[in-house]
Amino acid sequence: MAPVIQTVNLTHVYSPGTPFEQTAVDNVDFAAERGEFIGIIGHTGSGKSTFIQHLNGLLKPSSGRVLFNGEDIFASKQKTRETRFKVGLVFQYPEYQLFEETVYRDIAFGPKNMGLSDEEIDRRVRDAAGFVDISEDQFEKSPFDLSGGQKRRVAIAGVIAMKPDVLILDEPTAGLDPMGREEIIGNIVRYHNSGENTVIFITHSMEDIARIAGRLVVFSKGRIFMDGTPKEVFSRAEDLRSVGLDVPDITLVMMKLKKLGLPVDDSVYTVEQAKAELLKLKGRGKDV
Amino acid sequence: MFKDITMGQYFPGNTLIHRLDPRTKLVLTLLYIIVLFLAKGIWSYAVMLAFLSVCVILSRIKLSVLLSGAKPIVFIIIITGILNLFYTKGEHLLFRVWRISVYLEGLQTAGFLILRILLLICCTLLLTYTTSPLQLTDAMEALLNPLKKLRFPVHELSMMMSIALRFIPTLIKETDKIMSAQKARGADFETGSLRQRAKALLPLLIPLFVGAFRRADELATAMESRCYHGGEGRTKMKQLRMAAADWAALVSGAALTVAVVLLRRAG
Repeated sequence: MAPVIQTVNLTHVYSPGTPFEQTAVDNVDFAAERGEFIGIIGHTGSGKSTFIQHLNGLLKPSSGRVLFNGEDIFASKQKTRETRFKVGLVFQYPEYQLFEETVYRDIAFGPKNMGLSDEEIDRRVRDAAGFVDISEDQFEKSPFDLSGGQKRRVAIAGVIAMKPDVLILDEPTAGLDPMGREEIIGNIVRYHNSGENTVIFITHSMEDIARIAGRLVVFSKGRIFMDGTPKEVFSRAEDLRSVGLDVPDITLVMMKLKKLGLPVDDSVYTVEQAKAELLKLKGRGKDV
Repeated sequence: MFKDITMGQYFPGNTLIHRLDPRTKLVLTLLYIIVLFLAKGIWSYAVMLAFLSVCVILSRIKLSVLLSGAKPIVFIIIITGILNLFYTKGEHLLFRVWRISVYLEGLQTAGFLILRILLLICCTLLLTYTTSPLQLTDAMEALLNPLKKLRFPVHELSMMMSIALRFIPTLIKETDKIMSAQKARGADFETGSLRQRAKALLPLLIPLFVGAFRRADELATAMESRCYHGGEGRTKMKQLRMAAADWAALVSGAALTVAVVLLRRAG
């Protein structure tokens, strides 16, 4: 079966033919399978935000193609519009796009644009709100009266309500407190587990992404610099640093320990793994 | 769609024109516009054209850039040209097609008018291309200073102008972003009847206004926490100083005025 979403030789050049010309995405081949949870990391200006805006047809590539279930999404205007609903995109700080009078109507904006029946819209709004822990007694509130974290969850629900096969989120946890971050990550994982949904998650937080993603794609200067499991990617700490990124703190700790001569695996990237690794040492009865 | 706006954009540089005191440039531009309306006859227009050409060459702004800035008014230029060409009656009939007659005088008037509009646009564009918005408002504040005696809020006005100018690019960027976000939820800004399209703008306009108010609020707090309290006793980091080049530029401006007035009498 074809990958759910795929790019072939994707290139995007901003302001071509002017002194401000800039190649933001440079010949990228990328494919995501159904049900994958992919983290995209990269330095600011590495082209990751430009890249994801191609996946639902908001930006047209300068050259190259974007395929959804094997079909070119720019084949016709109709096709591009359909893809918008199948590939949901949550922008950075999505709370700034809320506009309706009530939470309910804001979440219903996407499904309404899809031309669904009223019952179907109602069902989807309730489902989507459930995924992000927005209770029904908040439906009639103005979205502008909610707290920052709630606003963001409502905005994410507005995209989830379209039931996209692929959900793309651009730094959904930026600017939130630890609790707000936890909640949003939990919501997204829940959406991922609820079916064959593919999730693509852009972030700057190595800790967050290390815990939840099954595959990491590292962008640098408009190209894919690394692509692999978190274990593979984080074992190349030097390469990551060379493109302005870093490994999770816990990996750093384990690397230091290894340098000090302890026989530990330094490619672990979550606290749980590190704990298991250290307990192993204790089990061997070594002098720690 | 908003990235193509070039009108009023500043092109940084370090030429003689860029370095002139913004007050000089502002006064000269105003003077030039006034003199432009005094010009009459081929010689005075030639002098005007020559003066602006020298300024453009000195500023090293490419002619193509300057003319592309005048693009939005091409339509107006063509209409004025055609109207004057056909509706000016004179003595020297050039040709006559059906009921439309074109006279030599009409051709002249149309030519001068088009030239006048082009010079008008180009001289103001030259000002904004070579002067940063900040410098411009500074100059405006300095020139309006005498009005302070009449209790006219000169400083506040120029502060408002520089803040407004500062936020234009920010708002354009924000508009672009919100538009993309709503498109991602299936909003359609391009098709439908006029009524539908106006309604489709709501999801764009509401977040934009909310954002603008939020920004204004944040900016006010930021200014107050840095003890901003209006223009009273406020000094400037960059003092405006007239240099020799500025006086020379003003003298050349005066010479231009005298020349055009004399040529107008003669012609």
